[in-house]
Amino acid sequence: MTPKFTDNRLKRIHQKISAEQRLDFDDGRILYETDDLISLGYLADTVRRRRHGDTTYWVYNQHLNYTNVCTNRCQFCAFARDAGDTGAFTLSIGDVENRLMERIDEPVRELHVVGGINPELPFDYYLDLIKTIKKVRPDATVKAFTAVEIDHFAQISGQSIENTISSLKNAGLDMMPGGGAEVMSTRVRKKLFHRKIDHQRWLEVMEKAHAQGIITNATMLYGHIETIAEKVDHLIALRKLQDDTGGFSAFIPLAFHSGHTQLSHLPETTAFDDLKNIAVARLLLDNIGHIKAYWVMIGERLAQVALAFGADDLDGTIMEEKITHMAGAKSARGLTRSQMTQMIATAGFTPVERDAFYRPVADSGRKTDETS
Amino acid sequence: MKHLDPITIKLENAERVNRREALTLLTEAPLLALGDMAGRIRRRLHPDPVVTYVVDRNINYTNVCISRCRFCAFYRHPDHPEAYILSKTSLARKIEETIDLGGTQILLQGGMHPDLTLDDYEAMLQFIKKRFDIHIHGFSPPEIHYLAQKENVTVAAVIERLKTAGLGSIPGGGAEILVDQVRRRVSPRKCTTDQWLGVMQVAHQQGLRTTATMMFGHVETPEDIIDHLLKIRALQDETGGFTAFIPWTFQPSNTRIEVEPATSVEYLRVLALSRIVLDNIQNIQASWVTQGAKIAQVALAFGANDLGSTMIEENVVAAAGVHFKLPQTDIIRLIENAGYTARQRDCFYNDIDQGSQAREQVSGIKDHGNDGDKSQ
Repeated sequence: MTPKFTDNRLKRIHQKISAEQRLDFDDGRILYETDDLISLGYLADTVRRRRHGDTTYWVYNQHLNYTNVCTNRCQFCAFARDAGDTGAFTLSIGDVENRLMERIDEPVRELHVVGGINPELPFDYYLDLIKTIKKVRPDATVKAFTAVEIDHFAQISGQSIENTISSLKNAGLDMMPGGGAEVMSTRVRKKLFHRKIDHQRWLEVMEKAHAQGIITNATMLYGHIETIAEKVDHLIALRKLQDDTGGFSAFIPLAFHSGHTQLSHLPETTAFDDLKNIAVARLLLDNIGHIKAYWVMIGERLAQVALAFGADDLDGTIMEEKITHMAGAKSARGLTRSQMTQMIATAGFTPVERDAFYRPVADSGRKTDETS
Repeated sequence: MKHLDPITIKLENAERVNRREALTLLTEAPLLALGDMAGRIRRRLHPDPVVTYVVDRNINYTNVCISRCRFCAFYRHPDHPEAYILSKTSLARKIEETIDLGGTQILLQGGMHPDLTLDDYEAMLQFIKKRFDIHIHGFSPPEIHYLAQKENVTVAAVIERLKTAGLGSIPGGGAEILVDQVRRRVSPRKCTTDQWLGVMQVAHQQGLRTTATMMFGHVETPEDIIDHLLKIRALQDETGGFTAFIPWTFQPSNTRIEVEPATSVEYLRVLALSRIVLDNIQNIQASWVTQGAKIAQVALAFGANDLGSTMIEENVVAAAGVHFKLPQTDIIRLIENAGYTARQRDCFYNDIDQGSQAREQVSGIKDHGNDGDKSQ
């Protein structure tokens, strides 16, 4: 089926996509601007099916936020606290072990570990953190620390980025998440997150991780004060680095949640915003394998629809998600295996449980204790 | 999906899909193909990129209902401590608040209450119309059919008296799935398919416009959904009295049917199919009350041209544990963000000028019952 394009500008982009040509900045801008949601979805779905057919991935994972003490205090964040504030927490290595043991009977394949920039923690803490996770969960992939945290570790350890990453890798780090990129715009950074590393540094850390064989994800935080041009620039910058390194595994558009932040006057992102960010990412990022519909941020119901708009991954079952829920997200705290597979199947796709590297998990039908 | 091409060509030529084609679409067409086809019909019927909404309040005059449908979390037995009949004072206060908020109509619905007589209904309508200039979109075929039975009069006689007392239009509730085999399972004491359609037919003949609904996602089959749509389409061919069709999904919490709730994709598929099959009904409403704001906005790309009501108050879906809120400013933002112009409408889909102040000053009572002739 070719849809009836109601926005004529999409016809030329359609030709490019049929010819498997790379899209440029103007194409990206048009794709964000268009109101022809069905045609945009069709274009993204064409590319998605070329890559993944009707397979939709999900992972049995666990989130671990080791501290919410953070000196960056970005304006869009409801999670961070100053040291000593009510609600400020830092997990000891023993706490971390307990958290992992609480769910040790579950088939967790991936641990997503991120935290704030806490000046009181020494570099050894992070090495111990990784070693402990590896000890308790030797078969799970440790996906830990954003580029922002890595940069901080380099500073406190007095090492280069390369050596910081290699120490962590030796301790057991398998992979890095893609957070902290926010929107790659000097203008937005100045207004919302001026203490955080700039995007050149973010890209540099990623490049160095990729160089050491650490694959990473990439993200973009949208729905605050960014412009369409800034979003397109962001995606093109990621694409450029990916051309060089090939180290990005998945791209995850992150919908901003303003609750309890300094930007709480901003409304929730709309479904059109969310679906456009997924579809445009699928179309512009022709060299990144996977696009995630992160249901924690856009809600389970829209995440399911997003599978027809270019997303091939529903992320994880995730329990204990904190960062988005502290900003008022109304999505579920966790999804069970059967909820996840049913969501995918009723959308007309084939659910495949994956590990952190998108390898299908052989015994994905295994019965386990599930809590929701 | 080459086998869908003939259907697309038919739709492009403004031809109707038949039962077999409708079933193929529902069970086989990709989601986006359904959205594309629904969009074509939506643009044919509504060439201007406008999405409408109405400002109103649901007022449930009673929660006593002898129907006790298995899918309902709202009804109470007459002797239950939470059973109520709304007092005239509360009724008046709720309507006053509605008018203060720029509301133009109330959705007045209750249950099949064994002790309320036709006289009581007439008195309630007259009470409202005497005091307020507000459109009453009220009752539903099961309530009207039950009243006729109880009073031993014809449905036509009941409708005539209600209309004379001030009823402006009838909402299409209680349709559930218009297949008796399904109705026997989920709402055995409620009127049959033919009785439901019969009430609507008589209402249309008397010049009362109505909407039609469908509640799916419980025990029905895809074939039942198609049958439902075709029965509505056939009656509309005859009377032209339906203003809008509203499909919505069953909310299983606090009810006696244990199923997983229908997913958003399933909702969008049925919504798009409704737009495709019901080529003779002008408006398709998205149900944000059951779907939430995000899916309701997506629905605008899947054939919906109306976001229904702002629902200053809603009780029935809330009783099943679903509490979505959508203030008027958010409704407008969602519509505009999707690339449409937002317009407040009345019950007959006429534009409302935003000068609600002016309306408030009109104290004379208009007979909205005649407004039904204005549209189509």
